[in-house]
Amino acid sequence: MSKSLLKVNNIEVVYNHVILALRGVTLDVEEGKVVSLLGANGSGKTTTLKACSNLVHAERGAVTKGSIEYNGQDIAETDAYNLVKNGVVQVLEGRHCFSHLTVEENIMTGSFIRDDPKEAKKDLERVYDHFERIRIRRKSLAGFTSGGEQQMIAMGRALMSRPKLILLDEPSMGLAPQLVEEIFAIVKALNKEGVSFLIAEQNAMVALKYADEGYIIENGRVILKGKASDLLNRPDVKEMYLGVSEEGKTSFRDIKYYHRRKPSFS
Amino acid sequence: MIYRETGNFVTNYLKDRDIFSMTFDKVVVILGLLYLFLWVPTTSEYFLSAHVIPILAVGLATVGLNILTGLTGQLSLGTAGFMCVGAFGTYNLMLRVPDGLMSLPVALLLSGIAAGFVGVVFGLPAIRIKGFYLLVSTLAAQYFVWWFFNSYAWFLNYESSGVVAIAPKFYDYWGLGNLLGVDMQGYPARYLLALTICIGLSYFAKNLLRSNTGRNFMSVRDRDIAASVMGISVPRAKLLAFFISCFYCGVAGGIYSFLYIGNVDLMIYGVDRSFTILFMLIIGGLGSISGSWLGAIFVYEFPIIFTFIGDFIFQGAFNTAVVENVSNMVYGIFIIALLIREPGGFAALWGTTKQKLRMWPYPH
Amino acid sequence: MGFDFVYLIEVVVGGLLSGVMYSLVAIGFVLIYKSSGIFNFAQGTMLLFASLTFVKMTENGIGFWTALFIASGIMVIVGVATEKFVMRPLANQDLLALFMATVGLATFQEGFAQFMWDSDVHGLQMNKFIDISLLDSNPIFISDYIPWLDLLIPRFDIFASLVAGTLIVVLAFFFQKTNTGMALRAVSDDHMAAMAVGIPLQKVWAIVWAVTGIIALVSGLLWAERVSVSFTLIEAVMKALPVILIGGLTSIPGAIIGGLVIGVGEKLGEIYLADLFGGQGIELWFAYFMALMFLVVRPQGMFGEKLIERV
Repeated sequence: MSKSLLKVNNIEVVYNHVILALRGVTLDVEEGKVVSLLGANGSGKTTTLKACSNLVHAERGAVTKGSIEYNGQDIAETDAYNLVKNGVVQVLEGRHCFSHLTVEENIMTGSFIRDDPKEAKKDLERVYDHFERIRIRRKSLAGFTSGGEQQMIAMGRALMSRPKLILLDEPSMGLAPQLVEEIFAIVKALNKEGVSFLIAEQNAMVALKYADEGYIIENGRVILKGKASDLLNRPDVKEMYLGVSEEGKTSFRDIKYYHRRKPSFS
Repeated sequence: MIYRETGNFVTNYLKDRDIFSMTFDKVVVILGLLYLFLWVPTTSEYFLSAHVIPILAVGLATVGLNILTGLTGQLSLGTAGFMCVGAFGTYNLMLRVPDGLMSLPVALLLSGIAAGFVGVVFGLPAIRIKGFYLLVSTLAAQYFVWWFFNSYAWFLNYESSGVVAIAPKFYDYWGLGNLLGVDMQGYPARYLLALTICIGLSYFAKNLLRSNTGRNFMSVRDRDIAASVMGISVPRAKLLAFFISCFYCGVAGGIYSFLYIGNVDLMIYGVDRSFTILFMLIIGGLGSISGSWLGAIFVYEFPIIFTFIGDFIFQGAFNTAVVENVSNMVYGIFIIALLIREPGGFAALWGTTKQKLRMWPYPH
Repeated sequence: MGFDFVYLIEVVVGGLLSGVMYSLVAIGFVLIYKSSGIFNFAQGTMLLFASLTFVKMTENGIGFWTALFIASGIMVIVGVATEKFVMRPLANQDLLALFMATVGLATFQEGFAQFMWDSDVHGLQMNKFIDISLLDSNPIFISDYIPWLDLLIPRFDIFASLVAGTLIVVLAFFFQKTNTGMALRAVSDDHMAAMAVGIPLQKVWAIVWAVTGIIALVSGLLWAERVSVSFTLIEAVMKALPVILIGGLTSIPGAIIGGLVIGVGEKLGEIYLADLFGGQGIELWFAYFMALMFLVVRPQGMFGEKLIERV
């Protein structure tokens, strides 16, 4: 039983004092694991990640109930940049590269919090080793790179802070299927080097294929959790998120949409 | 709770587009209009002339600016310049066009159209320029208009003092005053004219917001590239927004000069006036017509109330300079605090309050 | 009577020198914009406040360098306080809201400065305090060096140009070559992403605003020497706007080039074109028209960053 790196304890997140985004999310990321958080649009995946990296405050959001622990310590009072120093970094949904900085400068911003420039340079080379594609583009303005390249830049930037946990928000968004596989293969490779991942994804197939554990979130609440391989084989997950059912492709006419009342933890 | 937002069943599309769908709201609006049209004119002259009429004027300008900045996203600091065009236009039309053909309401509207065209000219750069850089165009308009009317004394009828008092005969709307036996130059009459124009134009603005044109404006504000890809002509939308907005500002300028101050004076249309109206807009909330009016009332009344309270508490112990400075300080702090608390202004605060009331007693 | 060539040169040189003054104010704007994307309207009032504080101290017998030191300290505090109470709570908000917050800040500072000190006009003459030949009130006669060029250049203008030039070089280097400068440029591009990457917005902004406060002090003093400390200093801001718009909101060298362009253009326009328009005081809008012409050709200013939009 490996140590728990990130523990989210039944958090409730409210935006602007009136919009309830999360109403009870509990999850657990163990050291060295890749955990996927699946859900449809608007289910609360990004909010969960932003709560873990404390970026939720920047969008007038607040964790009103529950707690989040990283490495056994409550992070409620920690500033976002201190969390990055401690090893938790988020790769934002939609990449958010610094469009007016070059690719290399973008990646180097990730090392701002560190104070060892020589090691940082070595890490830069390691990033280019992982993401060969952007090595040739290192001097172009990041705003002019393609979606896939921007995703690599954003992940490389995150890696520069030598994180223990990376919160990946929808890495597959807007990318070609082949590129998605490439990105996830790199995730797996990084995981082998010891980085844990919490990935929020809509693409259930890919997310569960590369993960160790999976959580399914709906309407701000975690409703299902289990080992990724188990989830892949569950009939209800298959029907809801992979579009396949026992009788082959389901038609909307046949779906009996029922409300899951109790979280079915296995 | 008697105020229910549910249970309103509509049976045709026309009813579906009602601005006020609940009977309660409709009744409140009708009562409000009755109050404004029947009761307010009977209040004191001081109240009308020093509070109500000026707020009507600046509020209308705020609505105009809202159409440009709040709806279409084109930042503008030239509001006072366009008001100036309206004021001078009204004056010159009244002065030079034979009495039988021109009367004040017509002059106001025509000068508004003139202001609209001026706005289009200065809005042309908006086709190329975006963001804060656009300030340059509207500031150029502001300074140019000011200089123009300052340099060519013809517009002020060669009045050497630079200020022209508006002659009483200008208030005679084709003899309507004599017909009704009402003193058209009196404040109640002025107020009613201003009120009619403001309500009419606000109604128009509200509908503009909900119309196809309004949606085009908002799409230009949000993502102009996507808008142009969808088939919306972005230059056309921007220029139309400038026209409509400056029309409103022109009419507001005419109202300000003719119905409030009673003089045509260049000094009141400086850059600080533009800033004041921008304040009103932001405090009220971008994109909300009722917000613009709330913002206008607040910004206009704040210094007055503050000075009043100050005098009351300190019995005039401080001179006007000190009071003005402290007023500025409190004002600045208030704006910052409001923006921190709710960047969307009063309109957003109201929206959040309504949402909370809906969920009451639950917090969310 | 032929074309008075020497006069033209005199006008141009005069324009260049006055343009430098505009650039000084513009640099403060650009610094804040480059680091946070905020258009700091309170720059002018910071100038006023800084110079008022300084002048009040010197008038009450405090020595030049001491006053300078104390005033710098005060401006640093003002800068840090601004960051803490105004910018930090508003981080990540719509840029228009941030702009309005700076307008609110300007209103506050205007009232505060005149409340703390007073609304009188104060003269300032620095050569009373520092004994550098550059501040000597005797102008330099160019005809001493180039016989046919009968020009007068006030020494003060050269001093101001040197100060401005140094500031530009230091700041440009800072932004392009240092790590912190790069982090600031990142923050300006995207607040949220900068936070996500671990850049401590608050610390970084505190530094920037403190530096801006000091720049406001320096430019305020130089302006005060020319036009005295008074409310009209704030109008300097309105002139600085076309400067940054021409040079580009994000370009520090652009601030000086824009300043020179506006300075020269204004003077030329005033002297040669005023008759055409039959009126005085065209410099008020002429600067803006020049900026407008520039921007129509290059919508992001001469050296500003091109708007990069992902469709």
